[in-house]
Amino acid sequence: MFGDIIFPVIVVAIIGLVAGLGLALAAKFMAVPVDEKQEKIRECLPGANCGGCGYSGCDGYAEAVAKGEAEPNKCAPGGSAVAEQLAEILGVTVDTTPKVAFIKCKGNRELTVSKYGYEGMMSCSAANLLYGGPLSCEYGCIGFGDCYKACPFDAIKMVDNKPVICENICVGCGKCVATCPKSVIELIPKGAKIKVSCNNKKKGAPVVKNCKASCIACGMCEKACENGAIKVTDNLAVIDYDLCTACGKCKDACKRNVII
Amino acid sequence: MKITLITSILLAGILTNNMVLSKFLGICPFLGVSTKVKTALSMSIAVTLVMVISSAVTWPINYYILKQEYNYLQTIVFILVIAAIVQLIEIFLKKYIPPIYKALGIYLPLITTNCAVLGITLLNVQNEYGFVPSLVNALAAGLGFMLAMVLFAGVRERLETADIPVFLKGLPITLIAAALVSLSFLGFAGIGG
Repeated sequence: MFGDIIFPVIVVAIIGLVAGLGLALAAKFMAVPVDEKQEKIRECLPGANCGGCGYSGCDGYAEAVAKGEAEPNKCAPGGSAVAEQLAEILGVTVDTTPKVAFIKCKGNRELTVSKYGYEGMMSCSAANLLYGGPLSCEYGCIGFGDCYKACPFDAIKMVDNKPVICENICVGCGKCVATCPKSVIELIPKGAKIKVSCNNKKKGAPVVKNCKASCIACGMCEKACENGAIKVTDNLAVIDYDLCTACGKCKDACKRNVII
Repeated sequence: MKITLITSILLAGILTNNMVLSKFLGICPFLGVSTKVKTALSMSIAVTLVMVISSAVTWPINYYILKQEYNYLQTIVFILVIAAIVQLIEIFLKKYIPPIYKALGIYLPLITTNCAVLGITLLNVQNEYGFVPSLVNALAAGLGFMLAMVLFAGVRERLETADIPVFLKGLPITLIAAALVSLSFLGFAGIGG
């Protein structure tokens, strides 16, 4: 009786008790304090782990924010709502204008002159390695959809070999910006009415020859603008969205229909 | 004499009686965590560590407490002890060696009830190994596990870029590859033990 039943029960009970007590003691004496702020921040984050903030994931970003190494408005999927929550936890104010990706190129297979027939891997970065891609504009969109493949939110669609960004879905994480070998994608304030849809940093005749929808750096928009919000820098019109009132005068002034 | 025993245990554990490919223990991490060589390596280091430590703890328990009489208690007692040890290792690493915790931390809870770890402690008892041969056997099994994991992770990394028929994509081709790797280890049968 004792040897068959009670002894095994006692043995297992004692081992269980020792293990349990050991773990309880270990948890008490070897506890690692976790920053309360960090846990709170982590709870506010959406948990998509997209990496748009530049950290390994939501946990990494929460840690960085709690330590004060990162700004609280870097979370693109969470947008302004999350940024405000984080700012409240940290007790600071942040700039919460939501951003969307915008493709600064109107060029396509018809408008832009073709340089050569490309028959390689259908990837912008691969095509870019071969004399900067099959289109004659060295700054423009190649159109093989590397950004479309990179978008974690399916906000980019490919229409006639051209990526189209759906502004309602885009959260401005910037993955496409980092992927594009031509750096033709930019993050602009959501709902911006005036955009410059060209990335060509050259001027004059060769630009006109290469693409029908290109900025030739004529400076008409700069003259038309009353607020000084549009400037031609590096032979390309650039809008300062802090000053732009979306009056549309630059749009009318542009002979090349590049400002949309 | 002793050295020949130890080498034969090592050889047998790594090649002939490979934990995964010959004994078919620990298949879940073998299929689950073998998508990249790096994670496979981290996982197998964690497994090796846990195997050796749990062998060191379960051997005295079996020898001094359970003995021959209560050997039917081995399974339940060993599971209890191993689960507690793994938790303890996790807490210890988190506190004192954070870099290793960051590298292995997520794999440790996975090992808690891994059949390969329980298997090695039970095999030690079954083969009636002494204390040191038990530890060597656990180390050999861990290294064998590592070999299998890294080899298979290499195969799987190649499979990613291979042109596989649609109906075999994913798990089916993985299982076929696992079978082939296992078959190749059959060639070691008879060596060392």
